[in-house]
Amino acid sequence: MTPTIAILLIITFVLSTVGLLLLIWSIANNQFSHGQEAARTIFSPGEEGHSEDPAQAAEPDTMAQASAIKARWTADHSSRTAVLCWLSSAIFWLVLGSFFGLVTSLKMHLPEFLISSEFLTFGRVRPVHLNAVTYGWASMAGIGAALFLIPRLFKTSLAGGKYAVLGSVIWNIGLALGLGAITLGFSDGQEWLEFPWQVDLLFVVGGALCAIPLLLTAANRQVEHLYVTSWYLMAALVWFPILFLIANLPFTFPGASGATVNWWFAHNVLGLWVTPIGIGIAYYMIPKILGRPIISYQLSLIGFWSLALFYSQVGIHHLIGGPIPTWLVTLSIVHSVMMSIPVITVAINHHGTMMGNFKRLKDSPTLRFVWIGALMYTVSSLQGSMEALRSVNVVTHFTHYTVAHAHLGMYAFLSFILFGAVYFIMPRLTNWEWPWRRMISLHFWLVSIGILIYFVSLTVTGWKQGLALLDAAMPFMDIVRMTIPGLQARTLGGALMTLGHLVFAAHFVAMLMHRGVGSEQPTLFRSAIKENT
Amino acid sequence: MKRALAIMVGAALILLLATLTLVVMPYLQMSAEQVPPDLKPYTEKQQRGRQVYIANGCVYCHSQQPRDPSFAPGDRDRGWGRPSVPGDYANDQPHLLGTMRTGPDLFNVGARLPSIDWQLLHLYNPRVVHKDSIMPSYPFLFRHVDEAAEGDKVVYLPEAYAPESGQIVATEDALALAEYMLALDHTYPAPTLPKADKPKE
Repeated sequence: MTPTIAILLIITFVLSTVGLLLLIWSIANNQFSHGQEAARTIFSPGEEGHSEDPAQAAEPDTMAQASAIKARWTADHSSRTAVLCWLSSAIFWLVLGSFFGLVTSLKMHLPEFLISSEFLTFGRVRPVHLNAVTYGWASMAGIGAALFLIPRLFKTSLAGGKYAVLGSVIWNIGLALGLGAITLGFSDGQEWLEFPWQVDLLFVVGGALCAIPLLLTAANRQVEHLYVTSWYLMAALVWFPILFLIANLPFTFPGASGATVNWWFAHNVLGLWVTPIGIGIAYYMIPKILGRPIISYQLSLIGFWSLALFYSQVGIHHLIGGPIPTWLVTLSIVHSVMMSIPVITVAINHHGTMMGNFKRLKDSPTLRFVWIGALMYTVSSLQGSMEALRSVNVVTHFTHYTVAHAHLGMYAFLSFILFGAVYFIMPRLTNWEWPWRRMISLHFWLVSIGILIYFVSLTVTGWKQGLALLDAAMPFMDIVRMTIPGLQARTLGGALMTLGHLVFAAHFVAMLMHRGVGSEQPTLFRSAIKENT
Repeated sequence: MKRALAIMVGAALILLLATLTLVVMPYLQMSAEQVPPDLKPYTEKQQRGRQVYIANGCVYCHSQQPRDPSFAPGDRDRGWGRPSVPGDYANDQPHLLGTMRTGPDLFNVGARLPSIDWQLLHLYNPRVVHKDSIMPSYPFLFRHVDEAAEGDKVVYLPEAYAPESGQIVATEDALALAEYMLALDHTYPAPTLPKADKPKE
């Protein structure tokens, strides 16, 4: 024990010194002087003050504007095939994953539902749900949005898009094989790492193929400053392969140390993979739709580096009270609480930029989805910091409360931002506006009411369950009976969400087939005339 | 390109630091930890049962990690056993610590419910034992036969749950899983466990 603490102390000391030197160096070299000019990188000349929600809203006044709009059109179309491949696959996996989620939820209060086949037993449909929505929906939609944003951020065409197309094919094969393996009973046995390691290699290759266009396009970039969104996207694409590779090394980490690797990985899938993508998208969409730059660019950079530093070490809060060294748990708890720094900086920027523009939520589908997602990022992250405290965790650990929290993060935050991104991206790639405004509205209300019911019912149930588990006075079976109404309510919420996804998917297919009346005007929740007020 | 590269290298370095603290150091410390002398290795059959446990995702509802009573008294009071230590898991690959207690902790289920007949009956249909259990039945781990053959393990069911004719016998997988359940017995003393003053938060 003592040598470990000594090593930790030495590492801490060296790190603080290096951090201090880096800070002095960056101040001396004006690394903090980007200021608001950098925040305007994403706008073309004269675009500030105009919303980009309707693609052609601002009539070009000058040659510079006209050429900027043309350049943006070219940039958007350079990524068309690659983005469409990733997004359509993502939506397929979303629908599939939702049905598996719904079946899982039903099985929790109807234990005799679909029991005759081993392929549909609870312990197999649940991981199929998790892996389909994480690696299928969230990851693929995230990569699709990143591929769309990269040429825009670098103001050039996407180079090497065909590698990304090939990557999507390999990624899809990996998913099909991995989900098939779980169904057949060949799970690796650890949560978030169920796919057999042989299949995992396909994800490493598929992901690496997406890094090629990123690097090639970055090399061609036409902008002086790298906007903060590109920081998040680049970092995420560096982090994921490293994480995935280490965590899936077969036969390396036995017993309790396997558990630490498991949760180091699983929380980093959230923290260093889907979160940076989600925040990055919001950092682009919110200012773009409002037509005003984010309020504090320096803060956004502090938020980025503190996220990298703190989020990467929170994973072990999943093992509080478990058979692992206490210092390790404490380290993760400290970092979980420190996460409030990046969360608050991001919140100031996202919500601060929204100040005075909340009425735009009434008409813009993208803004409504993305901003609610950003708000839920703030809420779920602060909840997560609280949940890592030992006094709270002793109640919530091992209960449905954690499941509710996970869905607040992966769904209300991330999926909402991805929905918003898809609503923004598709008209620009297909030169077609969304056919039916009411379907967007229906999608929004179904998934919003669904996740609300889901979150509230499981949070309340989970908290009660956790309190009861601590006190042996209540027999275990009584606790099981107590949770049933909450589990039934969750099925209702989940069914609404699944229905919302069907609406979304149908609308997406209609969009691809250019259904509906061709419109010059963007499809907003309300008529576009109020647009520029 | 220089700045893009700097961001990516910086991001990778930070992750490497986290890997050092959350992966490498725990691994070094825990693999040096003493293994309790009374911990028995799994037999071939128990190991097969463990694979059945993994394949059917028991881990999504059952944990295998009682916590310290000074932290979470319910774990001890429900009879789930002493707090587990890293050495208890020396033979476990992959680990099956679990994160949910939709069902009870199973770290010492073999000591708590040591009857193989009970285990098989409960796997065939948990509601035979607990009317309101929400654990799924595992009919695919059993066979319905007209007459049990020599050496078949018969599951004796109450009339309400028994098939109209014939008998229910356990498959090899069911027997292996039940053997694994019985092997989950960590009631031996753990030498590395601090006696009285376990550090609290």
